[in-house]
Amino acid sequence: MRVRARRRALWKHALLVTASLLMLYPLLWMLASAFKPEHLIFSDLSLWPAEWKWTNFSQGWNGLSASFTQFYLNSFLVAGLSVAGNLMACSLAAFAFARLEFPLKRLWFVLMLGTLMLPYHVTLIPQYVLFLKLDWVGTFLPLVVPKFLAVDAFFIFLMVQFFRGIPRELDEAAMMDGCGPWRIYWKILLPLSTPVLATAAIFSFIWAYDDFFGPLVYLNDVHRYTVPLALRTFVDDTGRSDWGPLFAMSVLSLVPLFAIFLFCQRFLIQGIAMSGLKR
Amino acid sequence: MTAAVSDSTIRLAPPARARRLRARIDTRLAGYLFLLPWLVGFFCLTLGPTLSSLYLSFTDFNLLQSPRWIGVQNYVRMFFADPRFWGAVKVTLVYVALSVPAKLLFALGVAMLLDKGIRGLTVYRALFYLPSLLGASVAIAVLWRQIFSADGVVNGVLALFGYTGPSWISTPSTAIYTLVLLSAWQFGSPMIIFLAGLRQIPQDLYEAASMDGASKWRQFRRITLPLLAPVIFFNVVLQTIDAFKAFTSAFIISGGTGGPIDSTLFYTLYLYEEGFGNFRMGYASAMAWVLLIAIAASTAAAFLTSKYWVFYEDDGKR
Repeated sequence: MRVRARRRALWKHALLVTASLLMLYPLLWMLASAFKPEHLIFSDLSLWPAEWKWTNFSQGWNGLSASFTQFYLNSFLVAGLSVAGNLMACSLAAFAFARLEFPLKRLWFVLMLGTLMLPYHVTLIPQYVLFLKLDWVGTFLPLVVPKFLAVDAFFIFLMVQFFRGIPRELDEAAMMDGCGPWRIYWKILLPLSTPVLATAAIFSFIWAYDDFFGPLVYLNDVHRYTVPLALRTFVDDTGRSDWGPLFAMSVLSLVPLFAIFLFCQRFLIQGIAMSGLKR
Repeated sequence: MTAAVSDSTIRLAPPARARRLRARIDTRLAGYLFLLPWLVGFFCLTLGPTLSSLYLSFTDFNLLQSPRWIGVQNYVRMFFADPRFWGAVKVTLVYVALSVPAKLLFALGVAMLLDKGIRGLTVYRALFYLPSLLGASVAIAVLWRQIFSADGVVNGVLALFGYTGPSWISTPSTAIYTLVLLSAWQFGSPMIIFLAGLRQIPQDLYEAASMDGASKWRQFRRITLPLLAPVIFFNVVLQTIDAFKAFTSAFIISGGTGGPIDSTLFYTLYLYEEGFGNFRMGYASAMAWVLLIAIAASTAAAFLTSKYWVFYEDDGKR
Protein backbone atom coordinates (compact mmCIF):
# COMPACT_ATOMS: atom_id res chain seq x y z
CA MET A 1 0.00 0.00 0.00
CA ARG A 2 2.69 2.46 0.98
CA VAL A 3 4.78 1.45 -1.98
CA ARG A 4 1.85 1.99 -4.31
CA ALA A 5 1.14 5.40 -2.83
CA ARG A 6 4.77 6.39 -3.21
CA ARG A 7 4.89 5.20 -6.78
CA ARG A 8 1.78 7.21 -7.55
CA ALA A 9 3.30 10.32 -5.99
CA LEU A 10 6.41 9.76 -8.06
CA TRP A 11 4.38 9.54 -11.26
CA LYS A 12 2.55 12.69 -10.33
CA HIS A 13 5.78 14.55 -9.76
CA ALA A 14 7.22 13.26 -13.03
CA LEU A 15 4.13 14.52 -14.84
CA LEU A 16 4.23 17.91 -13.12
CA VAL A 17 7.94 18.41 -13.71
CA THR A 18 7.57 17.54 -17.40
CA ALA A 19 4.58 19.84 -17.74
CA SER A 20 6.29 22.76 -16.06
CA LEU A 21 9.45 22.32 -18.13
CA LEU A 22 7.36 22.26 -21.28
CA MET A 23 5.61 25.43 -20.19
CA LEU A 24 8.73 27.25 -19.21
CA TYR A 25 10.73 26.16 -22.25
CA PRO A 26 9.64 29.12 -24.43
CA LEU A 27 10.62 31.56 -21.69
CA LEU A 28 13.99 29.94 -21.10
CA TRP A 29 14.60 29.73 -24.82
CA MET A 30 13.92 33.44 -25.19
CA LEU A 31 16.30 34.15 -22.33
CA ALA A 32 19.01 32.08 -24.01
CA SER A 33 18.33 33.58 -27.43
CA ALA A 34 18.86 37.05 -26.06
CA PHE A 35 22.53 36.08 -25.80
CA LYS A 36 22.82 34.21 -29.09
CA PRO A 37 24.18 35.54 -32.36
CA GLU A 38 21.68 35.80 -35.18
CA HIS A 39 22.52 32.59 -37.00
CA LEU A 40 21.99 30.56 -33.84
CA ILE A 41 18.59 31.95 -32.91
CA PHE A 42 16.88 30.23 -35.79
CA SER A 43 18.79 27.01 -35.90
CA ASP A 44 19.40 26.29 -32.26
CA LEU A 45 16.80 24.87 -29.87
CA SER A 46 19.19 24.58 -26.95
CA LEU A 47 18.84 26.62 -23.79
CA TRP A 48 22.56 27.30 -23.56
CA PRO A 49 24.07 29.65 -26.13
CA ALA A 50 26.97 27.97 -27.95
CA GLU A 51 28.38 31.42 -28.62
CA TRP A 52 27.70 34.43 -26.45
CA LYS A 53 26.87 37.70 -28.10
CA TRP A 54 26.66 40.34 -25.40
CA THR A 55 26.34 43.17 -27.88
CA ASN A 56 22.68 42.20 -28.45
CA PHE A 57 21.97 44.21 -25.36
CA SER A 58 23.87 47.36 -26.27
CA GLN A 59 22.54 47.21 -29.84
CA GLY A 60 18.98 46.76 -28.64
CA TRP A 61 19.25 49.40 -25.95
CA ASN A 62 20.17 52.05 -28.52
CA GLY A 63 18.35 50.47 -31.45
CA LEU A 64 15.67 53.12 -31.83
CA SER A 65 15.90 56.85 -32.18
CA ALA A 66 15.52 57.22 -28.43
CA SER A 67 17.30 54.87 -26.05
CA PHE A 68 15.70 52.39 -23.72
CA THR A 69 16.89 54.52 -20.79
CA GLN A 70 14.23 56.97 -21.87
CA PHE A 71 11.60 54.27 -22.38
CA TYR A 72 12.18 52.80 -18.94
CA LEU A 73 12.03 56.23 -17.32
CA ASN A 74 8.73 56.86 -19.11
CA SER A 75 7.34 53.48 -18.13
CA PHE A 76 8.31 53.86 -14.50
CA LEU A 77 6.95 57.39 -14.38
CA VAL A 78 3.58 56.29 -15.77
CA ALA A 79 3.44 53.17 -13.60
CA GLY A 80 4.57 55.02 -10.46
CA LEU A 81 1.99 57.76 -10.89
CA SER A 82 -0.67 55.17 -11.62
CA VAL A 83 0.11 53.41 -8.38
CA ALA A 84 0.01 56.66 -6.42
CA GLY A 85 -3.23 57.73 -8.07
CA ASN A 86 -4.99 54.43 -7.56
CA LEU A 87 -3.95 54.18 -3.93
CA MET A 88 -5.06 57.68 -3.05
CA ALA A 89 -8.27 58.00 -5.01
CA CYS A 90 -9.52 54.46 -4.52
CA SER A 91 -8.83 54.36 -0.80
CA LEU A 92 -10.62 57.70 -0.29
CA ALA A 93 -13.68 56.43 -2.13
CA ALA A 94 -13.52 53.08 -0.36
CA PHE A 95 -13.39 54.80 3.01
CA ALA A 96 -16.49 56.79 2.16
CA PHE A 97 -18.35 53.64 1.09
CA ALA A 98 -17.20 51.53 4.02
CA ARG A 99 -17.39 53.99 6.90
CA LEU A 100 -19.29 57.20 6.24
CA GLU A 101 -23.01 57.84 6.00
CA PHE A 102 -24.25 60.23 3.36
CA PRO A 103 -27.28 60.61 1.11
CA LEU A 104 -27.46 58.45 -2.04
CA LYS A 105 -24.60 56.27 -0.83
CA ARG A 106 -26.25 53.06 -2.02
CA LEU A 107 -26.90 54.50 -5.46
CA TRP A 108 -23.28 55.54 -5.90
CA PHE A 109 -22.11 52.17 -4.69
CA VAL A 110 -24.26 50.32 -7.20
CA LEU A 111 -23.09 52.62 -9.98
CA MET A 112 -19.50 52.02 -8.93
CA LEU A 113 -20.03 48.28 -9.17
CA GLY A 114 -21.68 48.82 -12.54
CA THR A 115 -18.56 50.45 -13.95
CA LEU A 116 -16.66 47.25 -13.21
CA MET A 117 -18.58 45.57 -16.01
CA LEU A 118 -18.07 48.31 -18.56
CA PRO A 119 -15.55 47.43 -21.31
CA TYR A 120 -13.19 50.36 -21.78
CA HIS A 121 -13.96 50.46 -25.50
CA VAL A 122 -17.25 52.15 -24.72
CA THR A 123 -15.60 55.19 -23.18
CA LEU A 124 -12.56 55.10 -25.45
CA ILE A 125 -13.55 57.48 -28.22
CA PRO A 126 -15.28 60.21 -26.19
CA GLN A 127 -12.35 60.10 -23.75
CA TYR A 128 -9.97 60.50 -26.65
CA VAL A 129 -11.94 63.48 -27.92
CA LEU A 130 -11.97 64.97 -24.43
CA PHE A 131 -8.21 64.55 -24.00
CA LEU A 132 -7.65 65.92 -27.47
CA LYS A 133 -9.63 69.06 -26.56
CA LEU A 134 -7.60 69.41 -23.37
CA ASP A 135 -4.50 69.10 -25.56
CA TRP A 136 -3.32 66.12 -23.53
CA VAL A 137 -2.88 63.66 -26.41
CA GLY A 138 0.81 62.92 -26.79
CA THR A 139 1.47 63.39 -23.07
CA PHE A 140 1.27 60.98 -20.14
CA LEU A 141 -1.76 62.75 -18.68
CA PRO A 142 -4.44 60.58 -20.35
CA LEU A 143 -2.69 57.52 -18.96
CA VAL A 144 -2.27 58.85 -15.44
CA VAL A 145 -5.00 61.36 -14.56
CA PRO A 146 -7.85 58.78 -14.72
CA LYS A 147 -6.06 56.84 -11.98
CA PHE A 148 -6.26 59.89 -9.69
CA LEU A 149 -10.00 59.91 -10.35
CA ALA A 150 -10.43 56.29 -9.23
CA VAL A 151 -11.49 55.00 -12.63
CA ASP A 152 -10.10 51.53 -11.81
CA ALA A 153 -13.11 50.81 -9.64
CA PHE A 154 -11.99 47.29 -8.95
CA PHE A 155 -9.55 48.57 -6.36
CA ILE A 156 -12.32 50.52 -4.62
CA PHE A 157 -14.30 47.32 -4.33
CA LEU A 158 -11.28 45.45 -3.02
CA MET A 159 -10.57 48.11 -0.39
CA VAL A 160 -14.20 48.40 0.70
CA GLN A 161 -14.17 44.67 1.39
CA PHE A 162 -11.01 45.01 3.44
CA PHE A 163 -12.10 48.11 5.37
CA ARG A 164 -15.33 46.38 6.34
CA GLY A 165 -13.27 43.72 8.04
CA ILE A 166 -11.58 46.22 10.35
CA PRO A 167 -13.51 46.48 13.64
CA ARG A 168 -15.66 49.58 13.79
CA GLU A 169 -14.94 49.93 17.51
CA LEU A 170 -11.60 51.39 16.54
CA ASP A 171 -13.16 54.31 14.66
CA GLU A 172 -15.79 54.79 17.32
CA ALA A 173 -13.17 55.00 20.02
CA ALA A 174 -11.24 57.47 17.93
CA MET A 175 -14.38 59.48 17.29
CA MET A 176 -14.99 59.68 21.05
CA ASP A 177 -11.53 61.10 21.37
CA GLY A 178 -12.52 63.77 18.87
CA CYS A 179 -11.01 62.42 15.69
CA GLY A 180 -12.68 63.55 12.48
CA PRO A 181 -13.18 61.29 9.45
CA TRP A 182 -9.94 62.41 7.88
CA ARG A 183 -7.84 61.40 10.88
CA ILE A 184 -9.69 58.11 11.23
CA TYR A 185 -8.94 57.41 7.58
CA TRP A 186 -5.33 58.50 7.75
CA LYS A 187 -4.30 57.42 11.23
CA ILE A 188 -6.38 54.30 11.80
CA LEU A 189 -7.69 52.65 8.66
CA LEU A 190 -4.79 53.17 6.29
CA PRO A 191 -2.09 51.90 8.66
CA LEU A 192 -4.19 48.78 9.31
CA SER A 193 -4.73 48.19 5.60
CA THR A 194 -1.22 47.64 4.32
CA PRO A 195 -2.02 44.19 2.88
CA VAL A 196 -4.79 45.48 0.64
CA LEU A 197 -2.82 48.60 -0.24
CA ALA A 198 0.16 46.46 -1.22
CA THR A 199 -2.04 44.24 -3.37
CA ALA A 200 -3.59 47.25 -5.08
CA ALA A 201 -0.18 48.85 -5.59
CA ILE A 202 1.32 45.72 -7.11
CA PHE A 203 -1.55 45.11 -9.50
CA SER A 204 -1.74 48.77 -10.56
CA PHE A 205 1.96 48.71 -11.24
CA ILE A 206 1.73 45.56 -13.34
CA TRP A 207 -1.28 46.77 -15.32
CA ALA A 208 0.22 50.18 -15.97
CA TYR A 209 3.70 48.91 -16.77
CA ASP A 210 2.35 46.28 -19.11
CA ASP A 211 -0.37 48.37 -20.70
CA PHE A 212 -0.07 48.49 -24.45
CA PHE A 213 -3.39 49.83 -25.64
CA GLY A 214 -3.33 53.12 -23.71
CA PRO A 215 0.15 54.16 -24.84
CA LEU A 216 -0.65 52.99 -28.39
CA VAL A 217 -3.62 55.32 -28.53
CA TYR A 218 -2.23 58.31 -26.68
CA LEU A 219 1.52 58.49 -27.23
CA ASN A 220 2.87 59.51 -30.60
CA ASP A 221 6.36 60.86 -29.95
CA VAL A 222 9.15 58.29 -29.70
CA HIS A 223 10.68 60.15 -26.77
CA ARG A 224 7.52 59.58 -24.75
CA TYR A 225 7.19 55.89 -25.61
CA THR A 226 6.82 53.34 -22.83
CA VAL A 227 8.73 50.05 -22.99
CA PRO A 228 5.95 47.92 -24.57
CA LEU A 229 5.33 50.53 -27.24
CA ALA A 230 9.06 50.75 -27.97
CA LEU A 231 9.24 46.98 -28.33
CA ARG A 232 6.44 47.04 -30.81
CA THR A 233 8.19 49.72 -32.87
CA PHE A 234 11.27 47.53 -32.79
CA VAL A 235 9.30 44.66 -34.33
CA ASP A 236 7.97 46.90 -37.06
CA ASP A 237 11.17 48.71 -37.85
CA THR A 238 13.61 45.89 -37.98
CA GLY A 239 13.69 43.19 -40.53
CA ARG A 240 14.27 39.75 -39.15
CA SER A 241 17.99 40.29 -39.04
CA ASP A 242 17.62 41.95 -35.64
CA TRP A 243 16.06 39.19 -33.57
CA GLY A 244 18.98 39.06 -31.14
CA PRO A 245 18.66 42.67 -29.92
CA LEU A 246 14.87 42.38 -30.04
CA PHE A 247 14.93 39.35 -27.74
CA ALA A 248 17.46 41.06 -25.51
CA MET A 249 15.11 44.00 -25.03
CA SER A 250 12.10 41.71 -24.66
CA VAL A 251 13.83 39.85 -21.86
CA LEU A 252 14.79 43.10 -20.15
CA SER A 253 11.22 44.37 -20.43
CA LEU A 254 10.08 41.39 -18.37
CA VAL A 255 12.57 42.01 -15.57
CA PRO A 256 10.34 44.31 -13.48
CA LEU A 257 7.48 41.80 -13.69
CA PHE A 258 9.80 38.98 -12.81
CA ALA A 259 11.11 40.92 -9.82
CA ILE A 260 7.55 41.32 -8.57
CA PHE A 261 7.05 37.61 -9.13
CA LEU A 262 10.10 36.84 -6.99
CA PHE A 263 9.52 39.25 -4.15
CA CYS A 264 5.77 39.86 -3.95
CA GLN A 265 4.39 36.49 -4.91
CA ARG A 266 2.30 36.22 -1.78
CA PHE A 267 0.32 39.33 -2.73
CA LEU A 268 -0.09 38.18 -6.32
CA ILE A 269 -1.44 34.79 -5.31
CA GLN A 270 -3.71 36.23 -2.63
CA GLY A 271 -5.01 38.94 -4.94
CA ILE A 272 -5.93 36.33 -7.54
CA ALA A 273 -7.30 33.71 -5.17
CA MET A 274 -9.45 36.07 -3.10
CA SER A 275 -10.83 38.38 -5.73
CA GLY A 276 -9.98 37.11 -9.19
CA LEU A 277 -7.70 40.05 -9.96
CA LYS A 278 -6.63 39.75 -13.55
CA ARG A 279 -3.27 38.18 -14.18
CA MET B 1 -23.07 49.80 22.36
CA THR B 2 -25.33 51.53 19.83
CA ALA B 3 -28.24 51.32 22.25
CA ALA B 4 -26.22 53.07 24.92
CA VAL B 5 -25.32 55.85 22.51
CA SER B 6 -28.89 56.51 21.38
CA ASP B 7 -30.08 56.48 25.02
CA SER B 8 -27.67 59.18 25.91
CA THR B 9 -28.73 61.25 22.89
CA ILE B 10 -32.02 62.00 24.60
CA ARG B 11 -30.36 63.31 27.68
CA LEU B 12 -27.89 65.53 25.86
CA ALA B 13 -27.93 69.19 26.76
CA PRO B 14 -28.90 71.53 23.88
CA PRO B 15 -25.39 72.75 23.03
CA ALA B 16 -24.21 69.16 22.86
CA ARG B 17 -27.14 68.25 20.64
CA ALA B 18 -26.31 71.09 18.31
CA ARG B 19 -22.74 69.89 18.20
CA ARG B 20 -23.93 66.41 17.39
CA LEU B 21 -26.10 67.71 14.56
CA ARG B 22 -23.20 69.63 13.17
CA ALA B 23 -21.10 66.48 13.41
CA ARG B 24 -23.73 64.64 11.40
CA ILE B 25 -23.75 67.27 8.70
CA ASP B 26 -19.98 67.14 8.79
CA THR B 27 -19.88 63.41 8.12
CA ARG B 28 -22.33 63.83 5.25
CA LEU B 29 -20.16 66.50 3.80
CA ALA B 30 -17.10 64.39 4.56
CA GLY B 31 -18.68 61.48 2.70
CA TYR B 32 -18.92 63.56 -0.45
CA LEU B 33 -15.47 65.04 0.03
CA PHE B 34 -13.93 61.58 0.25
CA LEU B 35 -15.95 60.48 -2.76
CA LEU B 36 -15.10 63.58 -4.78
CA PRO B 37 -12.27 62.18 -6.95
CA TRP B 38 -14.34 59.15 -7.83
CA LEU B 39 -17.42 61.29 -8.54
CA VAL B 40 -15.46 63.54 -10.89
CA GLY B 41 -14.01 60.48 -12.62
CA PHE B 42 -17.39 58.80 -12.79
CA PHE B 43 -19.12 61.74 -14.45
CA CYS B 44 -16.30 63.00 -16.66
CA LEU B 45 -14.57 59.77 -17.65
CA THR B 46 -17.21 57.05 -17.36
CA LEU B 47 -20.85 58.15 -17.44
CA GLY B 48 -20.34 61.16 -19.71
CA PRO B 49 -18.24 59.29 -22.28
CA THR B 50 -20.56 56.28 -22.18
CA LEU B 51 -23.57 58.41 -23.08
CA SER B 52 -21.57 60.41 -25.54
CA SER B 53 -20.37 57.28 -27.33
CA LEU B 54 -23.98 56.14 -27.57
CA TYR B 55 -24.74 59.45 -29.28
CA LEU B 56 -21.65 59.20 -31.51
CA SER B 57 -22.73 55.73 -32.60
CA PHE B 58 -25.58 57.40 -34.47
CA THR B 59 -23.33 59.88 -36.20
CA ASP B 60 -20.71 60.15 -38.86
CA PHE B 61 -17.66 61.49 -37.06
CA ASN B 62 -14.09 61.74 -38.26
CA LEU B 63 -12.63 63.93 -35.50
CA LEU B 64 -12.03 66.88 -37.83
CA GLN B 65 -15.62 67.87 -38.52
CA SER B 66 -18.26 67.86 -35.84
CA PRO B 67 -20.42 64.73 -35.65
CA ARG B 68 -23.21 64.50 -38.22
CA TRP B 69 -26.39 62.63 -37.24
CA ILE B 70 -27.05 59.70 -39.57
CA GLY B 71 -29.53 57.67 -37.53
CA VAL B 72 -28.96 53.94 -37.42
CA GLN B 73 -26.82 53.86 -40.56
CA ASN B 74 -23.70 52.72 -38.68
CA TYR B 75 -25.59 49.77 -37.29
CA VAL B 76 -27.17 48.97 -40.65
CA ARG B 77 -23.80 49.04 -42.35
CA MET B 78 -22.30 46.91 -39.58
CA PHE B 79 -24.90 44.18 -39.73
CA PHE B 80 -25.75 44.14 -43.42
CA ALA B 81 -22.95 45.65 -45.45
CA ASP B 82 -19.67 44.97 -43.69
CA PRO B 83 -18.25 41.48 -44.21
CA ARG B 84 -15.14 42.44 -42.20
CA PHE B 85 -17.33 43.11 -39.18
CA TRP B 86 -18.81 39.62 -39.39
CA GLY B 87 -15.34 38.23 -39.99
CA ALA B 88 -14.15 39.91 -36.80
CA VAL B 89 -17.17 38.60 -34.89
CA LYS B 90 -16.45 35.09 -36.11
CA VAL B 91 -12.75 35.25 -35.25
CA THR B 92 -13.56 36.55 -31.79
CA LEU B 93 -16.23 33.95 -31.12
CA VAL B 94 -13.95 31.14 -32.27
CA TYR B 95 -11.25 32.52 -29.99
CA VAL B 96 -13.60 32.75 -27.01
CA ALA B 97 -15.09 29.31 -27.66
CA LEU B 98 -11.69 27.62 -27.89
CA SER B 99 -9.43 29.55 -25.55
CA VAL B 100 -11.73 29.75 -22.53
CA PRO B 101 -12.45 25.99 -22.24
CA ALA B 102 -8.84 25.08 -23.09
CA LYS B 103 -7.47 27.41 -20.46
CA LEU B 104 -9.94 26.32 -17.79
CA LEU B 105 -9.43 22.61 -18.47
CA PHE B 106 -5.68 23.00 -18.04
CA ALA B 107 -6.25 25.12 -14.97
CA LEU B 108 -8.58 22.61 -13.35
CA GLY B 109 -6.47 19.61 -14.31
CA VAL B 110 -3.26 21.00 -12.87
CA ALA B 111 -5.06 22.34 -9.81
CA MET B 112 -6.39 18.83 -9.11
CA LEU B 113 -2.91 17.39 -9.44
CA LEU B 114 -1.56 20.02 -7.06
CA ASP B 115 -4.27 19.65 -4.46
CA LYS B 116 -4.07 17.32 -1.47
CA GLY B 117 -0.83 18.36 0.11
CA ILE B 118 1.56 17.45 -2.66
CA ARG B 119 5.17 18.15 -1.82
CA GLY B 120 6.57 21.27 -3.46
CA LEU B 121 3.13 22.78 -4.01
CA THR B 122 4.35 26.37 -3.76
CA VAL B 123 7.15 25.77 -6.26
CA TYR B 124 4.86 24.13 -8.82
CA ARG B 125 2.22 26.76 -8.30
CA ALA B 126 4.76 29.50 -8.91
CA LEU B 127 6.13 27.85 -12.04
CA PHE B 128 2.72 27.29 -13.57
CA TYR B 129 1.68 30.79 -12.67
CA LEU B 130 4.64 32.54 -14.28
CA PRO B 131 3.35 32.45 -17.90
CA SER B 132 0.12 33.95 -16.66
CA LEU B 133 1.95 36.90 -15.15
CA LEU B 134 4.16 37.57 -18.17
CA GLY B 135 1.93 36.32 -20.97
CA ALA B 136 -0.04 39.47 -21.70
CA SER B 137 3.04 41.55 -22.39
CA VAL B 138 4.34 42.65 -25.75
CA ALA B 139 7.58 40.73 -25.14
CA ILE B 140 5.76 37.39 -25.04
CA ALA B 141 3.79 38.23 -28.17
CA VAL B 142 7.11 38.94 -29.87
CA LEU B 143 8.37 35.58 -28.68
CA TRP B 144 5.25 33.84 -30.01
CA ARG B 145 5.77 35.49 -33.36
CA GLN B 146 9.19 33.90 -33.59
CA ILE B 147 8.28 30.50 -32.17
CA PHE B 148 5.51 29.93 -34.70
CA SER B 149 7.24 31.47 -37.72
CA ALA B 150 8.41 29.37 -40.67
CA ASP B 151 11.85 28.71 -39.19
CA GLY B 152 10.82 29.10 -35.57
CA VAL B 153 11.17 26.82 -32.59
CA VAL B 154 8.03 24.79 -33.23
CA ASN B 155 9.12 23.86 -36.72
CA GLY B 156 12.60 23.22 -35.37
CA VAL B 157 11.15 20.61 -33.02
CA LEU B 158 8.92 19.17 -35.75
CA ALA B 159 11.94 18.89 -38.05
CA LEU B 160 13.48 16.50 -35.53
CA PHE B 161 10.61 14.16 -36.38
CA GLY B 162 11.04 14.73 -40.08
CA TYR B 163 8.05 17.02 -40.52
CA THR B 164 8.33 20.36 -42.27
CA GLY B 165 5.78 22.69 -40.73
CA PRO B 166 4.36 25.82 -42.35
CA SER B 167 4.70 29.33 -40.97
CA TRP B 168 1.95 28.98 -38.43
CA ILE B 169 1.40 32.69 -37.95
CA SER B 170 1.22 33.55 -41.63
CA THR B 171 -1.06 30.71 -42.66
CA PRO B 172 -4.66 31.96 -42.39
CA SER B 173 -6.05 28.62 -41.26
CA THR B 174 -3.60 28.19 -38.36
CA ALA B 175 -2.85 31.74 -37.17
CA ILE B 176 -5.79 31.90 -34.77
CA TYR B 177 -4.75 28.66 -33.08
CA THR B 178 -1.38 30.10 -32.13
CA LEU B 179 -3.30 32.78 -30.26
CA VAL B 180 -5.57 30.22 -28.62
CA LEU B 181 -2.48 28.36 -27.50
CA LEU B 182 -0.95 31.55 -26.14
CA SER B 183 -4.08 32.11 -24.10
CA ALA B 184 -4.27 28.51 -22.86
CA TRP B 185 -0.61 28.74 -21.86
CA GLN B 186 -1.65 31.40 -19.34
CA PHE B 187 -3.82 29.08 -17.28
CA GLY B 188 -1.99 30.03 -14.07
CA SER B 189 -4.37 32.53 -12.59
CA PRO B 190 -7.58 30.50 -12.97
CA MET B 191 -5.54 27.59 -11.60
CA ILE B 192 -4.85 29.60 -8.45
CA ILE B 193 -8.55 30.34 -8.10
CA PHE B 194 -9.35 26.64 -8.55
CA LEU B 195 -6.77 25.71 -5.94
CA ALA B 196 -8.36 28.06 -3.45
CA GLY B 197 -11.75 26.58 -4.28
CA LEU B 198 -10.58 22.97 -3.96
CA ARG B 199 -9.20 23.72 -0.54
CA GLN B 200 -12.70 24.64 0.63
CA ILE B 201 -14.03 21.15 -0.07
CA PRO B 202 -14.04 19.12 3.16
CA GLN B 203 -11.67 16.14 2.93
CA ASP B 204 -13.97 13.84 4.93
CA LEU B 205 -16.41 13.82 2.01
CA TYR B 206 -13.80 12.04 -0.10
CA GLU B 207 -12.89 9.72 2.76
CA ALA B 208 -16.51 8.75 3.27
CA ALA B 209 -16.97 8.25 -0.48
CA SER B 210 -13.94 6.01 -0.86
CA MET B 211 -15.04 3.98 2.18
CA ASP B 212 -18.26 3.39 0.29
CA GLY B 213 -16.19 2.24 -2.67
CA ALA B 214 -16.75 5.20 -4.99
CA SER B 215 -14.20 5.37 -7.79
CA LYS B 216 -12.01 8.44 -8.29
CA TRP B 217 -14.00 9.45 -11.33
CA ARG B 218 -17.24 9.14 -9.42
CA GLN B 219 -15.82 11.19 -6.57
CA PHE B 220 -14.84 13.85 -9.08
CA ARG B 221 -18.28 13.88 -10.66
CA ARG B 222 -20.28 13.74 -7.44
CA ILE B 223 -18.18 15.74 -5.00
CA THR B 224 -15.58 17.90 -6.69
CA LEU B 225 -17.60 19.22 -9.62
CA PRO B 226 -20.77 20.18 -7.74
CA LEU B 227 -18.90 21.78 -4.86
CA LEU B 228 -16.56 23.60 -7.20
CA ALA B 229 -19.37 24.80 -9.47
CA PRO B 230 -19.47 28.37 -8.08
CA VAL B 231 -15.73 28.72 -8.65
CA ILE B 232 -15.96 27.27 -12.15
CA PHE B 233 -18.77 29.69 -12.88
CA PHE B 234 -16.72 32.62 -11.61
CA ASN B 235 -13.77 31.61 -13.78
CA VAL B 236 -15.91 31.09 -16.87
CA VAL B 237 -17.46 34.55 -16.59
CA LEU B 238 -14.15 36.25 -15.87
CA GLN B 239 -12.25 34.53 -18.66
CA THR B 240 -15.01 34.98 -21.21
CA ILE B 241 -15.18 38.72 -20.65
CA ASP B 242 -11.42 38.88 -20.90
CA ALA B 243 -11.32 36.85 -24.09
CA PHE B 244 -13.84 39.17 -25.75
CA LYS B 245 -11.51 42.06 -25.01
CA ALA B 246 -8.26 40.43 -26.16
CA PHE B 247 -6.10 42.81 -28.14
CA THR B 248 -2.35 43.04 -27.54
CA SER B 249 -1.17 39.59 -28.58
CA ALA B 250 -3.21 39.57 -31.81
CA PHE B 251 -2.05 43.09 -32.60
CA ILE B 252 1.65 42.28 -32.16
CA ILE B 253 1.59 38.86 -33.77
CA SER B 254 -0.24 40.09 -36.85
CA GLY B 255 1.84 43.26 -37.02
CA GLY B 256 -1.21 45.40 -36.26
CA THR B 257 -3.21 44.19 -39.26
CA GLY B 258 -5.24 41.26 -37.94
CA GLY B 259 -3.80 39.31 -40.87
CA PRO B 260 -3.11 37.07 -42.67
CA ILE B 261 -6.29 37.89 -44.61
CA ASP B 262 -8.12 38.98 -41.46
CA SER B 263 -7.79 35.57 -39.82
CA THR B 264 -6.74 37.17 -36.51
CA LEU B 265 -8.78 40.32 -36.87
CA PHE B 266 -10.21 40.36 -33.37
CA TYR B 267 -13.21 42.51 -32.71
CA THR B 268 -11.16 44.97 -30.66
CA LEU B 269 -8.53 45.13 -33.40
CA TYR B 270 -11.12 46.02 -35.99
CA LEU B 271 -12.61 48.59 -33.63
CA TYR B 272 -9.21 50.17 -33.16
CA GLU B 273 -8.52 50.15 -36.88
CA GLU B 274 -11.85 51.77 -37.71
CA GLY B 275 -11.56 54.38 -34.95
CA PHE B 276 -7.91 55.29 -35.02
CA GLY B 277 -6.75 54.02 -38.42
CA ASN B 278 -9.65 55.12 -40.62
CA PHE B 279 -11.02 57.75 -38.21
CA ARG B 280 -14.54 56.41 -38.49
CA MET B 281 -15.20 57.25 -34.88
CA GLY B 282 -18.97 57.03 -35.13
CA TYR B 283 -18.69 53.54 -36.51
CA ALA B 284 -16.16 52.54 -33.87
CA SER B 285 -18.49 53.85 -31.16
CA ALA B 286 -21.30 51.76 -32.58
CA MET B 287 -18.99 48.74 -32.51
CA ALA B 288 -18.13 49.49 -28.88
CA TRP B 289 -21.81 49.52 -27.97
CA VAL B 290 -22.41 46.24 -29.74
CA LEU B 291 -19.48 44.80 -27.77
CA LEU B 292 -20.93 46.12 -24.51
CA ILE B 293 -24.29 44.56 -25.31
CA ALA B 294 -22.66 41.26 -26.31
CA ILE B 295 -20.66 41.09 -23.08
CA ALA B 296 -23.65 42.10 -20.96
CA ALA B 297 -25.87 39.56 -22.73
CA SER B 298 -23.45 36.68 -22.38
CA THR B 299 -22.84 37.51 -18.72
CA ALA B 300 -26.58 37.68 -18.12
CA ALA B 301 -27.03 34.37 -19.93
CA ALA B 302 -24.35 32.82 -17.75
CA PHE B 303 -26.09 34.04 -14.61
CA LEU B 304 -29.51 32.89 -15.81
CA THR B 305 -28.39 29.41 -16.73
CA SER B 306 -26.24 29.18 -13.61
CA LYS B 307 -29.16 28.17 -11.45
CA TYR B 308 -29.31 24.88 -13.34
CA TRP B 309 -25.72 23.93 -12.79
CA VAL B 310 -24.30 26.07 -10.00
CA PHE B 311 -25.42 25.22 -6.50
CA TYR B 312 -24.30 27.32 -3.60
CA GLU B 313 -23.80 25.58 -0.33
CA ASP B 314 -26.03 27.95 1.61
CA ASP B 315 -28.96 27.44 -0.78
CA GLY B 316 -30.66 25.11 1.66
CA LYS B 317 -30.83 27.77 4.31
CA ARG B 318 -32.80 30.20 2.21
